[in-house]
Amino acid sequence: MYQYNDFDRKFVKERVDQFKDQTHRFLDGQLSEGEFLPLRLQNGLYIQRMAPLLRIAIPYGTLSSKQARKLAEISRKYDKGYGHISTRQNFQLNWPALEDVPKILGELAEVEMHGIQTSGSCVRSITADPFSGVAQDEIEDARPYAELLRQWSTLHPEFAYLPRKFKIAVSGSTKDRAAVHFHDIGVIMAKDENGETGFEVLVGGGLGRTPVIGTSIRRFLPKQHLLTYVEAILRIYNQLGRRDNKYKARIKILVRALGAEKFTAMVEEEWQHLKDNPSTLTEAEIKRVSAFFEPPAYKQNADITKPSQLDENKEFSRWYLNNTKAHKQAGYRSVVISLKPTGMPPGDVSDYQMEQLADLADHFSFGELRTTKEQNIVLPDVEKSQLFEVWQVLTDNGLATANIGTINDITCCPGGDYCSLANAKSIPVAEDIQRIYDSPKTLEQIGAVDLKVSGCMNACGHHHIGHIGILGVDKKGKEFYQVSLGGGVGTDAAVAKILGPSFSQAEVAGVVKKITDLYLEQKIQDENFIDTYNRIGIEPFKEKIYAKAH
Amino acid sequence: MPKLIKNDQISADNWLLVEGSEENQTIPEGDVIVPLTLFLAQQETLLASSSNTGVWLDSSESPELIADQLQNIDMIAINFPAFTDGRGFSYAQILRGRMNFTGELRAFGDFGIDQMFFLKRCGFDSYLLPDDKDPAGAIAALSSFTDTYQTAQDQPVPAFRRSI
Ligand code: SF4
Repeated sequence: MYQYNDFDRKFVKERVDQFKDQTHRFLDGQLSEGEFLPLRLQNGLYIQRMAPLLRIAIPYGTLSSKQARKLAEISRKYDKGYGHISTRQNFQLNWPALEDVPKILGELAEVEMHGIQTSGSCVRSITADPFSGVAQDEIEDARPYAELLRQWSTLHPEFAYLPRKFKIAVSGSTKDRAAVHFHDIGVIMAKDENGETGFEVLVGGGLGRTPVIGTSIRRFLPKQHLLTYVEAILRIYNQLGRRDNKYKARIKILVRALGAEKFTAMVEEEWQHLKDNPSTLTEAEIKRVSAFFEPPAYKQNADITKPSQLDENKEFSRWYLNNTKAHKQAGYRSVVISLKPTGMPPGDVSDYQMEQLADLADHFSFGELRTTKEQNIVLPDVEKSQLFEVWQVLTDNGLATANIGTINDITCCPGGDYCSLANAKSIPVAEDIQRIYDSPKTLEQIGAVDLKVSGCMNACGHHHIGHIGILGVDKKGKEFYQVSLGGGVGTDAAVAKILGPSFSQAEVAGVVKKITDLYLEQKIQDENFIDTYNRIGIEPFKEKIYAKAH
Repeated sequence: MPKLIKNDQISADNWLLVEGSEENQTIPEGDVIVPLTLFLAQQETLLASSSNTGVWLDSSESPELIADQLQNIDMIAINFPAFTDGRGFSYAQILRGRMNFTGELRAFGDFGIDQMFFLKRCGFDSYLLPDDKDPAGAIAALSSFTDTYQTAQDQPVPAFRRSI
């Protein structure tokens, strides 16, 4: 993974000093709340319902074991002994004290971490496919480009006060695991007719109040132009994005207002002024950064046969099937560690578990971990013959829940339990649902279902792109939930459709059960939930759920 | 009184900032910074005078609107109606970068210590610091970071093209 050089280290240190000074000035009364707000946000610090929330960047979800240990230590020392993986692959602490934050950032800097641009109206920390570099289907590793974008966007002087937050995601594969269609800018690796690598550029996607699928504004951008092109897009947005209404301030609204064609023309024109300037990537730089992401020293003669324990051990076999993924390298698999055991807030991980994961990464996965937008953790490079051992350690630490990709692998924002913007709680709803599907057999029967829960319109739980999406709404001061169906990413990018009137918290799990029941009744052969839904549409679901009791 | 910071120090301000959007208001004597509307309406008078001419742009006024007249303008001031309104950063980059404006480029309005570094990087070279802000802190903040990743007006070459 990327290693800081002296430049990076010094930079982050100066950032820590700067924030220390800003916090002092705020506590001294020299900075008003309003003045301090964007400064703390751009260092990852929110003031929440219960306490501050500190969001620590895990750029494109890549984490070393050393960093994981530091996160564990910080959770223990400054928080309540656990943290939370966000849907943007970052790490959140829910209870740090404001006065401790500069200290925490100082400690993070020791392991090349920070909270830079994890919130606020700026270019947010870059996200990418968590299986970059190991997925069989990728065109090229997305991480070097995500890293280049990270460096370029870090404290970019022109774009620190944008109309609104700005999210960029990179995918190295058309099998999109980064939801590129739902970002302000999404770039997907592509090849032109000469076999040169570059990107397709999507703009104006997003979730939130107005979910929009991004528009492709360039089919192919040669890779050396990545930074100048993104700069052109941001320059247009910074000047013309609306600043009078925060609900209309995202770039998606601008693209819609101008029309994709006009917007594209403006970007292309701006780009003509920037194209080939010194920010154009050089072969040498692409090579230098790519070198950090070279494949680790895989065993060349790794055993390619399936682990022998699969036949004897049902639980291991279930876990193998759900939680491990095919790997580029023969004899290896990627392991997805589920942070979704029933009854725990999805995405939460304790200090102790984090340390176990760091140890596992050191012993079995070249010291590296990844975080996913589904709020799980990946050990990217595990030898097949060692999977059983890994599974045993995970089992001992409550980390072997075999539900990845199933309906119980719920993506869920912190919601009303933590977040001051929430309309409703989301964690208890996720738990109610998990409790229905309490046997491995049921989970297996229902198969692949992506269920996502958000506590309000801000859609941090990505409910719009869940096969089943659940949104907390406020109905006359009471918590209600709107259910939608049919969302998806990648080649199946779609915004889920609202089923109908919302439900009380007590009803939600029952409604979800009816939805999967109908799927089981209607499915043809080995159709997945989403295939059946796409074939029969939303009507039968509406009928089943809203049918008057006879 | 707001204090002018120029060349890393508090400096005397010889410019008079004219407010108001009346197109036919009388322009005072001396070096003036007039609003865009006034400049466009009374360009000839202004340019005929022996004093220096400055124009100020509000955050909704793109420098494109004066792109053809830049050679007649000695200084441009950009207003920050709220420090969170970041349009002025792009205007400065465009003026200095694409339009090659070499006159004084001044920030005024609502900004403080924590915007200084970014303002400088985007090409501003004078800052009319609001009254309640500490000028020493603002001057110090001009060099908050020793070096930066990306290019801007203060550094035409990105870190990756320099051997650091
Ligand atoms: S979706 Fe709403 S409730 Fe959930 S974390 Fe985001 S802002 Fe908070």
